Amino acid sequence: MSVYGRGLRGLAIATVLTITAAFALVFFYAPLDADQGFVQKIFYVHVPMAITALCGFVFGGVLGAMYLRTGERKWDIRSYVAIHMALIFGVGTLITGGIWAKASWGHWWIWSDPTLTSFLIVMLLFATYQPLRFSIEDPERQSRYASVFAVVAGAFVPLNFIAVRAAQAYVHPRVLTLAGGNLPGPMRLTFVIALAGMGLLYVTLWKYEMAAKATRMQVRALRRALLGEDSVAPLKRSAAPS
Amino acid sequence: MRENRAPGTWQTVVTVLRKDLLLELRGLETVPAMVLLALTTLVVFHFGLGRDTIDGQLAAGVLTVTLLFAAMLGINRLFVAEREQGGFDAFLLAPVDRSTLLVAKALALFAFLVVLEVIAVPAFGLLLLGPPLGRVLPGLVAMLVLGDVALAVIGTLVSAIAVHTRARDLIGPIIGLPLLLPALIGMARGVGPLLVAHGSSWPPGKWVLILALYDVVFALLSYAVFDFLLED
Repeated sequence: MSVYGRGLRGLAIATVLTITAAFALVFFYAPLDADQGFVQKIFYVHVPMAITALCGFVFGGVLGAMYLRTGERKWDIRSYVAIHMALIFGVGTLITGGIWAKASWGHWWIWSDPTLTSFLIVMLLFATYQPLRFSIEDPERQSRYASVFAVVAGAFVPLNFIAVRAAQAYVHPRVLTLAGGNLPGPMRLTFVIALAGMGLLYVTLWKYEMAAKATRMQVRALRRALLGEDSVAPLKRSAAPS
Repeated sequence: MRENRAPGTWQTVVTVLRKDLLLELRGLETVPAMVLLALTTLVVFHFGLGRDTIDGQLAAGVLTVTLLFAAMLGINRLFVAEREQGGFDAFLLAPVDRSTLLVAKALALFAFLVVLEVIAVPAFGLLLLGPPLGRVLPGLVAMLVLGDVALAVIGTLVSAIAVHTRARDLIGPIIGLPLLLPALIGMARGVGPLLVAHGSSWPPGKWVLILALYDVVFALLSYAVFDFLLED
Protein backbone atom coordinates (compact mmCIF):
# COMPACT_ATOMS: atom_id res chain seq x y z
CA MET A 1 0.00 0.00 0.00
CA SER A 2 1.35 3.42 -0.89
CA VAL A 3 1.88 6.24 1.58
CA TYR A 4 -1.32 7.87 0.37
CA GLY A 5 -3.39 4.80 1.20
CA ARG A 6 -2.22 4.78 4.80
CA GLY A 7 -4.91 6.06 7.17
CA LEU A 8 -7.36 6.45 4.32
CA ARG A 9 -9.96 4.20 5.95
CA GLY A 10 -9.92 6.07 9.25
CA LEU A 11 -10.12 9.38 7.42
CA ALA A 12 -13.05 8.18 5.30
CA ILE A 13 -14.94 7.06 8.42
CA ALA A 14 -14.27 10.40 10.13
CA THR A 15 -15.53 12.21 7.02
CA VAL A 16 -18.75 10.22 6.88
CA LEU A 17 -19.37 10.76 10.60
CA THR A 18 -18.69 14.52 10.44
CA ILE A 19 -20.87 15.04 7.38
CA THR A 20 -23.68 12.97 8.87
CA ALA A 21 -23.43 14.98 12.09
CA ALA A 22 -23.43 18.22 10.10
CA PHE A 23 -26.57 17.24 8.19
CA ALA A 24 -28.28 16.13 11.40
CA LEU A 25 -27.50 19.52 12.93
CA VAL A 26 -28.63 21.34 9.79
CA PHE A 27 -32.05 19.71 9.81
CA PHE A 28 -32.77 19.18 13.50
CA TYR A 29 -30.72 21.70 15.47
CA ALA A 30 -30.03 24.89 13.52
CA PRO A 31 -32.99 27.30 13.71
CA LEU A 32 -34.91 28.32 10.60
CA ASP A 33 -33.76 31.62 9.18
CA ALA A 34 -36.25 34.40 9.95
CA ASP A 35 -35.97 35.91 6.47
CA GLN A 36 -35.38 33.08 4.09
CA GLY A 37 -36.84 30.10 5.93
CA PHE A 38 -35.85 26.61 4.85
CA VAL A 39 -33.95 27.75 1.74
CA GLN A 40 -31.22 29.22 3.89
CA LYS A 41 -30.15 25.69 4.86
CA ILE A 42 -28.29 25.35 1.56
CA PHE A 43 -25.86 27.82 3.11
CA TYR A 44 -24.39 24.94 5.14
CA VAL A 45 -23.41 23.16 1.91
CA HIS A 46 -22.70 26.10 -0.38
CA VAL A 47 -20.37 28.18 1.77
CA PRO A 48 -18.19 25.33 3.13
CA MET A 49 -17.87 24.01 -0.41
CA ALA A 50 -16.81 27.43 -1.72
CA ILE A 51 -14.26 27.89 1.08
CA THR A 52 -12.87 24.39 0.52
CA ALA A 53 -12.59 24.95 -3.24
CA LEU A 54 -10.74 28.25 -2.81
CA CYS A 55 -8.41 26.75 -0.20
CA GLY A 56 -7.86 23.84 -2.61
CA PHE A 57 -6.78 26.23 -5.38
CA VAL A 58 -4.33 27.98 -3.06
CA PHE A 59 -3.14 24.59 -1.77
CA GLY A 60 -2.49 23.54 -5.38
CA GLY A 61 -0.43 26.70 -5.84
CA VAL A 62 1.68 25.94 -2.75
CA LEU A 63 2.30 22.39 -4.00
CA GLY A 64 3.18 23.80 -7.43
CA ALA A 65 5.74 26.07 -5.76
CA MET A 66 7.18 23.00 -4.06
CA TYR A 67 7.58 21.38 -7.48
CA LEU A 68 9.40 24.40 -8.82
CA ARG A 69 11.72 24.38 -5.78
CA THR A 70 12.52 20.67 -5.78
CA GLY A 71 11.81 19.47 -9.32
CA GLU A 72 10.39 16.22 -7.91
CA ARG A 73 7.50 14.90 -9.94
CA LYS A 74 5.44 13.88 -6.93
CA TRP A 75 4.83 17.54 -6.07
CA ASP A 76 3.37 18.21 -9.49
CA ILE A 77 1.06 15.21 -9.17
CA ARG A 78 -0.04 16.45 -5.75
CA SER A 79 -0.65 19.92 -7.14
CA TYR A 80 -2.63 18.47 -10.05
CA VAL A 81 -4.86 16.40 -7.76
CA ALA A 82 -5.42 19.38 -5.43
CA ILE A 83 -6.57 21.59 -8.31
CA HIS A 84 -8.57 18.79 -9.92
CA MET A 85 -10.52 18.21 -6.69
CA ALA A 86 -10.96 21.93 -6.06
CA LEU A 87 -12.43 22.29 -9.57
CA ILE A 88 -15.04 19.66 -8.76
CA PHE A 89 -15.90 21.43 -5.52
CA GLY A 90 -16.01 24.70 -7.45
CA VAL A 91 -18.57 23.40 -9.92
CA GLY A 92 -20.65 22.26 -6.95
CA THR A 93 -20.36 25.73 -5.45
CA LEU A 94 -21.58 27.43 -8.63
CA ILE A 95 -24.57 25.08 -8.85
CA THR A 96 -25.60 25.39 -5.19
CA GLY A 97 -24.98 29.14 -5.39
CA GLY A 98 -27.30 29.40 -8.37
CA ILE A 99 -30.01 27.44 -6.56
CA TRP A 100 -29.70 29.63 -3.49
CA ALA A 101 -29.75 32.84 -5.54
CA LYS A 102 -32.83 31.69 -7.46
CA ALA A 103 -34.66 30.78 -4.26
CA SER A 104 -33.80 33.86 -2.23
CA TRP A 105 -33.32 36.63 -4.82
CA GLY A 106 -35.41 35.26 -7.67
CA HIS A 107 -32.57 35.12 -10.22
CA TRP A 108 -30.11 32.39 -11.11
CA TRP A 109 -27.34 34.92 -11.38
CA ILE A 110 -26.75 38.24 -9.64
CA TRP A 111 -23.95 40.42 -11.01
CA SER A 112 -24.07 42.86 -8.15
CA ASP A 113 -22.81 40.20 -5.81
CA PRO A 114 -19.00 40.36 -5.59
CA THR A 115 -18.46 36.94 -4.05
CA LEU A 116 -20.40 35.17 -6.78
CA THR A 117 -18.70 37.17 -9.53
CA SER A 118 -15.18 36.70 -8.22
CA PHE A 119 -15.80 33.00 -7.78
CA LEU A 120 -16.86 32.79 -11.42
CA ILE A 121 -13.67 34.56 -12.53
CA VAL A 122 -11.54 32.18 -10.45
CA MET A 123 -13.36 29.22 -11.99
CA LEU A 124 -12.86 30.63 -15.50
CA LEU A 125 -9.14 30.88 -14.83
CA PHE A 126 -8.77 27.41 -13.34
CA ALA A 127 -10.89 25.90 -16.10
CA THR A 128 -7.88 26.55 -18.36
CA TYR A 129 -5.58 24.42 -16.19
CA GLN A 130 -6.46 21.13 -17.86
CA PRO A 131 -6.40 22.48 -21.45
CA LEU A 132 -2.98 23.98 -20.71
CA ARG A 133 -1.64 20.65 -19.47
CA PHE A 134 -3.19 18.78 -22.37
CA SER A 135 -1.59 21.15 -24.82
CA ILE A 136 1.98 20.37 -23.70
CA GLU A 137 3.31 16.99 -24.75
CA ASP A 138 6.65 16.71 -23.00
CA PRO A 139 5.81 15.49 -19.46
CA GLU A 140 8.62 17.41 -17.78
CA ARG A 141 7.66 20.66 -19.46
CA GLN A 142 3.99 19.99 -18.74
CA SER A 143 4.76 19.67 -15.02
CA ARG A 144 6.89 22.81 -15.01
CA TYR A 145 4.40 24.98 -16.88
CA ALA A 146 1.44 23.66 -14.93
CA SER A 147 3.26 24.48 -11.69
CA VAL A 148 3.99 28.02 -12.87
CA PHE A 149 0.30 28.34 -13.71
CA ALA A 150 -0.69 26.94 -10.29
CA VAL A 151 1.53 29.44 -8.46
CA VAL A 152 0.31 32.45 -10.44
CA ALA A 153 -3.34 31.39 -10.30
CA GLY A 154 -3.09 30.58 -6.58
CA ALA A 155 -1.85 34.09 -5.88
CA PHE A 156 -4.55 35.45 -8.17
CA VAL A 157 -7.37 34.06 -5.98
CA PRO A 158 -7.15 36.60 -3.10
CA LEU A 159 -6.22 39.52 -5.41
CA ASN A 160 -9.22 38.90 -7.58
CA PHE A 161 -11.53 38.93 -4.57
CA ILE A 162 -10.16 42.32 -3.48
CA ALA A 163 -10.67 43.85 -6.92
CA VAL A 164 -14.18 42.53 -7.50
CA ARG A 165 -15.33 43.36 -3.99
CA ALA A 166 -14.20 46.94 -4.48
CA ALA A 167 -16.23 47.16 -7.68
CA GLN A 168 -19.60 46.36 -6.17
CA ALA A 169 -21.87 47.09 -3.29
CA TYR A 170 -22.48 44.35 -0.77
CA VAL A 171 -25.47 42.20 -1.57
CA HIS A 172 -24.21 38.82 -0.50
CA PRO A 173 -25.27 37.84 2.99
CA ARG A 174 -22.13 38.83 4.86
CA VAL A 175 -22.33 36.21 7.55
CA LEU A 176 -18.62 35.61 7.82
CA THR A 177 -16.79 38.78 8.64
CA LEU A 178 -13.34 38.81 10.16
CA ALA A 179 -14.79 40.46 13.24
CA GLY A 180 -16.50 37.20 14.17
CA GLY A 181 -19.65 37.47 12.14
CA ASN A 182 -23.24 37.96 13.10
CA LEU A 183 -24.21 34.31 13.04
CA PRO A 184 -26.21 33.19 16.08
CA GLY A 185 -24.65 30.43 18.24
CA PRO A 186 -26.47 27.29 17.01
CA MET A 187 -26.05 28.36 13.38
CA ARG A 188 -22.37 29.01 13.90
CA LEU A 189 -21.79 25.61 15.50
CA THR A 190 -23.62 23.89 12.64
CA PHE A 191 -21.63 25.87 10.11
CA VAL A 192 -18.28 25.04 11.71
CA ILE A 193 -19.10 21.33 11.71
CA ALA A 194 -20.31 21.48 8.11
CA LEU A 195 -17.08 23.26 7.16
CA ALA A 196 -15.01 20.62 8.94
CA GLY A 197 -16.96 17.88 7.13
CA MET A 198 -16.40 19.48 3.74
CA GLY A 199 -12.69 19.97 4.48
CA LEU A 200 -12.37 16.34 5.54
CA LEU A 201 -14.17 15.24 2.37
CA TYR A 202 -11.67 17.21 0.29
CA VAL A 203 -8.67 15.69 2.10
CA THR A 204 -10.12 12.19 1.79
CA LEU A 205 -10.77 12.55 -1.92
CA TRP A 206 -7.33 14.06 -2.42
CA LYS A 207 -5.66 11.14 -0.65
CA TYR A 208 -7.87 8.70 -2.51
CA GLU A 209 -6.93 10.01 -5.94
CA MET A 210 -3.26 10.18 -4.92
CA ALA A 211 -3.42 6.56 -3.73
CA ALA A 212 -5.02 5.50 -7.01
CA LYS A 213 -2.35 7.28 -9.03
CA ALA A 214 0.48 5.88 -6.93
CA THR A 215 -0.90 2.36 -7.22
CA ARG A 216 -1.30 2.64 -10.98
CA MET A 217 2.28 3.82 -11.32
CA GLN A 218 3.49 0.99 -9.11
CA VAL A 219 1.62 -1.59 -11.20
CA ARG A 220 3.15 -0.20 -14.37
CA ALA A 221 6.62 -0.32 -12.86
CA LEU A 222 6.12 -3.92 -11.68
CA ARG A 223 4.78 -5.00 -15.05
CA ARG A 224 7.68 -3.41 -16.80
CA ALA A 225 10.13 -5.14 -14.45
CA LEU A 226 8.50 -8.56 -14.73
CA LEU A 227 7.25 -8.75 -18.31
CA GLY A 228 9.60 -6.35 -20.09
CA GLU A 229 9.21 -2.95 -21.75
CA ASP A 230 6.71 -4.12 -24.37
CA SER A 231 4.12 -5.34 -21.89
CA VAL A 232 3.16 -1.79 -20.92
CA ALA A 233 1.27 0.29 -23.41
CA PRO A 234 2.87 3.72 -23.85
CA LEU A 235 1.13 6.55 -22.00
CA LYS A 236 -1.34 8.44 -24.10
CA ARG A 237 -1.24 12.21 -24.27
CA SER A 238 -3.07 13.36 -21.22
CA ALA A 239 -3.73 16.36 -19.03
CA ALA A 240 -3.31 14.22 -15.93
CA PRO A 241 0.20 13.34 -14.83
CA SER A 242 0.68 9.68 -14.09
CA MET B 1 39.86 40.69 -19.90
CA ARG B 2 36.95 43.02 -20.25
CA GLU B 3 35.67 41.20 -23.33
CA ASN B 4 34.92 38.00 -21.41
CA ARG B 5 32.80 39.57 -18.72
CA ALA B 6 29.11 38.60 -18.84
CA PRO B 7 26.90 41.57 -19.70
CA GLY B 8 25.04 43.26 -16.83
CA THR B 9 21.32 43.01 -16.30
CA TRP B 10 20.41 46.38 -17.76
CA GLN B 11 22.75 45.96 -20.64
CA THR B 12 20.95 42.72 -21.56
CA VAL B 13 17.52 44.29 -21.15
CA VAL B 14 18.47 47.22 -23.36
CA THR B 15 19.98 44.93 -26.00
CA VAL B 16 16.93 42.68 -26.24
CA LEU B 17 14.55 45.64 -26.12
CA ARG B 18 16.50 47.41 -28.85
CA LYS B 19 16.34 44.28 -30.99
CA ASP B 20 12.57 44.04 -30.57
CA LEU B 21 11.92 47.69 -31.29
CA LEU B 22 14.26 47.65 -34.29
CA LEU B 23 12.56 44.54 -35.62
CA GLU B 24 9.17 46.20 -35.28
CA LEU B 25 10.40 49.44 -36.80
CA ARG B 26 11.79 47.65 -39.85
CA GLY B 27 9.10 45.02 -40.26
CA LEU B 28 6.06 47.01 -39.06
CA GLU B 29 4.28 43.76 -38.30
CA THR B 30 2.54 44.07 -34.97
CA VAL B 31 1.76 47.68 -34.10
CA PRO B 32 0.01 48.65 -37.37
CA ALA B 33 -2.16 45.54 -37.04
CA MET B 34 -3.01 46.46 -33.45
CA VAL B 35 -3.96 50.01 -34.48
CA LEU B 36 -6.08 48.79 -37.37
CA LEU B 37 -7.88 46.27 -35.19
CA ALA B 38 -8.59 48.96 -32.58
CA LEU B 39 -10.03 51.34 -35.19
CA THR B 40 -12.17 48.60 -36.71
CA THR B 41 -13.41 47.63 -33.26
CA LEU B 42 -14.55 51.22 -32.71
CA VAL B 43 -16.54 51.05 -35.95
CA VAL B 44 -18.06 47.75 -34.83
CA PHE B 45 -19.07 49.37 -31.53
CA HIS B 46 -20.67 52.28 -33.37
CA PHE B 47 -22.92 49.90 -35.28
CA GLY B 48 -23.32 47.37 -32.50
CA LEU B 49 -24.48 49.95 -30.00
CA GLY B 50 -26.38 51.98 -32.57
CA ARG B 51 -25.04 55.22 -31.07
CA ASP B 52 -23.16 58.13 -32.59
CA THR B 53 -21.69 59.33 -29.32
CA ILE B 54 -21.22 57.60 -26.00
CA ASP B 55 -20.06 58.76 -22.58
CA GLY B 56 -19.54 57.68 -18.98
CA GLN B 57 -19.13 54.07 -17.99
CA LEU B 58 -20.28 52.80 -21.39
CA ALA B 59 -17.52 54.77 -23.10
CA ALA B 60 -14.97 53.49 -20.59
CA GLY B 61 -16.07 49.92 -21.29
CA VAL B 62 -15.82 50.40 -25.05
CA LEU B 63 -12.34 51.90 -24.71
CA THR B 64 -11.16 49.10 -22.42
CA VAL B 65 -12.46 46.33 -24.67
CA THR B 66 -11.01 47.98 -27.78
CA LEU B 67 -7.57 48.28 -26.18
CA LEU B 68 -7.81 44.72 -24.85
CA PHE B 69 -8.55 43.30 -28.31
CA ALA B 70 -5.61 45.13 -29.80
CA ALA B 71 -3.35 44.15 -26.91
CA MET B 72 -4.28 40.50 -27.41
CA LEU B 73 -2.85 40.64 -30.94
CA GLY B 74 0.41 41.98 -29.60
CA ILE B 75 0.51 39.42 -26.80
CA ASN B 76 -0.01 36.54 -29.24
CA ARG B 77 2.84 37.68 -31.46
CA LEU B 78 5.28 38.62 -28.71
CA PHE B 79 7.43 35.47 -28.74
CA VAL B 80 6.70 34.24 -32.27
CA ALA B 81 10.03 35.36 -33.70
CA GLU B 82 11.90 33.77 -30.77
CA ARG B 83 10.23 30.44 -31.36
CA GLU B 84 10.41 30.39 -35.15
CA GLN B 85 13.95 31.64 -35.54
CA GLY B 86 15.64 30.01 -32.57
CA GLY B 87 15.82 33.15 -30.46
CA PHE B 88 15.04 31.11 -27.32
CA ASP B 89 18.03 28.82 -27.84
CA ALA B 90 20.29 31.76 -28.56
CA PHE B 91 19.11 33.51 -25.42
CA LEU B 92 19.62 30.39 -23.30
CA LEU B 93 23.14 29.97 -24.67
CA ALA B 94 24.07 33.53 -23.75
CA PRO B 95 25.58 33.96 -20.27
CA VAL B 96 22.84 36.34 -19.09
CA ASP B 97 20.20 36.43 -16.39
CA ARG B 98 17.03 34.84 -17.78
CA SER B 99 14.59 37.19 -16.10
CA THR B 100 15.97 39.98 -18.27
CA LEU B 101 13.97 38.52 -21.15
CA LEU B 102 10.76 39.13 -19.18
CA VAL B 103 11.73 42.72 -18.44
CA ALA B 104 12.76 43.42 -22.04
CA LYS B 105 9.69 41.80 -23.56
CA ALA B 106 7.34 43.53 -21.13
CA LEU B 107 8.96 46.88 -21.94
CA ALA B 108 8.60 46.17 -25.67
CA LEU B 109 4.93 45.28 -25.25
CA PHE B 110 4.46 48.39 -23.11
CA ALA B 111 5.99 50.50 -25.89
CA PHE B 112 3.67 48.90 -28.46
CA LEU B 113 0.67 49.65 -26.27
CA VAL B 114 1.71 53.27 -25.81
CA VAL B 115 2.03 53.75 -29.58
CA LEU B 116 -1.34 52.06 -30.03
CA GLU B 117 -2.98 54.38 -27.52
CA VAL B 118 -1.38 57.52 -28.94
CA ILE B 119 -3.36 56.77 -32.09
CA ALA B 120 -6.40 54.87 -30.82
CA VAL B 121 -7.41 57.16 -27.94
CA PRO B 122 -7.65 60.35 -30.03
CA ALA B 123 -9.48 58.32 -32.66
CA PHE B 124 -11.88 57.14 -29.97
CA GLY B 125 -12.37 60.78 -28.87
CA LEU B 126 -13.01 61.80 -32.45
CA LEU B 127 -15.26 58.97 -33.56
CA LEU B 128 -17.35 57.95 -30.57
CA LEU B 129 -16.79 59.93 -27.39
CA GLY B 130 -19.28 62.69 -26.55
CA PRO B 131 -17.48 64.83 -23.94
CA PRO B 132 -14.14 66.41 -24.91
CA LEU B 133 -10.94 64.61 -23.92
CA GLY B 134 -8.62 67.57 -23.32
CA ARG B 135 -9.65 68.37 -19.76
CA VAL B 136 -9.33 64.83 -18.39
CA LEU B 137 -6.20 63.90 -20.33
CA PRO B 138 -3.76 63.73 -17.35
CA GLY B 139 -6.08 61.45 -15.38
CA LEU B 140 -6.80 59.30 -18.42
CA VAL B 141 -3.10 58.95 -19.23
CA ALA B 142 -2.32 57.92 -15.65
CA MET B 143 -5.03 55.26 -15.73
CA LEU B 144 -3.95 53.96 -19.15
CA VAL B 145 -0.30 53.77 -18.10
CA LEU B 146 -1.25 51.70 -15.04
CA GLY B 147 -3.45 49.49 -17.22
CA ASP B 148 -0.66 49.11 -19.79
CA VAL B 149 1.75 47.90 -17.12
CA ALA B 150 -0.71 45.14 -16.17
CA LEU B 151 -1.30 44.25 -19.83
CA ALA B 152 2.44 44.21 -20.54
CA VAL B 153 3.48 42.14 -17.50
CA ILE B 154 0.65 39.60 -17.58
CA GLY B 155 0.72 39.52 -21.37
CA THR B 156 4.41 38.66 -21.40
CA LEU B 157 3.98 35.94 -18.78
CA VAL B 158 1.02 34.36 -20.54
CA SER B 159 2.67 34.62 -23.93
CA ALA B 160 5.75 32.86 -22.58
CA ILE B 161 3.55 30.07 -21.22
CA ALA B 162 1.49 29.76 -24.38
CA VAL B 163 4.28 29.86 -26.95
CA HIS B 164 5.50 26.36 -26.09
CA THR B 165 2.08 24.73 -26.12
CA ARG B 166 0.44 23.00 -29.02
CA ALA B 167 -2.65 25.21 -29.19
CA ARG B 168 -0.76 28.43 -28.49
CA ASP B 169 -3.25 30.74 -30.16
CA LEU B 170 -5.99 29.40 -27.90
CA ILE B 171 -4.10 28.94 -24.65
CA GLY B 172 -2.80 32.53 -24.56
CA PRO B 173 -6.16 34.32 -24.61
CA ILE B 174 -8.05 31.86 -22.41
CA ILE B 175 -5.46 32.09 -19.63
CA GLY B 176 -4.74 35.76 -20.20
CA LEU B 177 -8.28 37.09 -20.03
CA PRO B 178 -9.22 35.84 -16.54
CA LEU B 179 -5.81 36.91 -15.20
CA LEU B 180 -6.31 40.38 -16.68
CA LEU B 181 -9.89 40.75 -15.49
CA PRO B 182 -9.19 42.53 -12.18
CA ALA B 183 -6.92 45.00 -14.00
CA LEU B 184 -9.56 45.56 -16.67
CA ILE B 185 -12.23 46.12 -14.01
CA GLY B 186 -9.95 48.70 -12.42
CA MET B 187 -9.22 50.39 -15.73
CA ALA B 188 -12.85 50.56 -16.84
CA ARG B 189 -14.16 51.73 -13.46
CA GLY B 190 -11.36 54.25 -13.03
CA VAL B 191 -11.80 55.75 -16.50
CA GLY B 192 -15.62 55.79 -16.31
CA PRO B 193 -16.02 58.94 -14.17
CA LEU B 194 -13.56 60.79 -16.42
CA LEU B 195 -15.67 60.39 -19.53
CA VAL B 196 -18.78 62.05 -18.11
CA ALA B 197 -19.46 65.59 -19.35
CA HIS B 198 -18.42 68.00 -16.56
CA GLY B 199 -17.39 65.06 -14.41
CA SER B 200 -14.31 64.75 -12.26
CA SER B 201 -10.96 65.22 -13.95
CA TRP B 202 -9.08 62.63 -11.90
CA PRO B 203 -9.89 58.92 -11.52
CA PRO B 204 -11.15 57.68 -8.13
CA GLY B 205 -8.19 57.01 -5.81
CA LYS B 206 -9.50 53.54 -4.99
CA TRP B 207 -9.03 52.33 -8.56
CA VAL B 208 -5.64 53.95 -9.01
CA LEU B 209 -4.53 52.15 -5.86
CA ILE B 210 -5.99 48.75 -6.80
CA LEU B 211 -4.52 48.91 -10.28
CA ALA B 212 -1.12 49.94 -8.95
CA LEU B 213 -1.22 47.14 -6.38
CA TYR B 214 -2.14 44.63 -9.05
CA ASP B 215 0.73 45.84 -11.25
CA VAL B 216 3.27 45.53 -8.46
CA VAL B 217 2.12 42.08 -7.30
CA PHE B 218 2.06 40.61 -10.78
CA ALA B 219 5.39 42.19 -11.72
CA LEU B 220 7.01 40.52 -8.70
CA LEU B 221 5.19 37.24 -9.28
CA SER B 222 6.12 37.09 -12.96
CA TYR B 223 9.72 37.91 -12.12
CA ALA B 224 9.76 35.05 -9.61
CA VAL B 225 8.38 32.35 -11.92
CA PHE B 226 9.69 33.46 -15.32
CA ASP B 227 12.97 31.51 -15.07
CA PHE B 228 11.07 28.23 -15.03
CA LEU B 229 9.45 28.96 -18.38
CA LEU B 230 12.80 29.12 -20.14
CA GLU B 231 14.68 26.16 -18.67
CA ASP B 232 15.49 23.41 -21.11
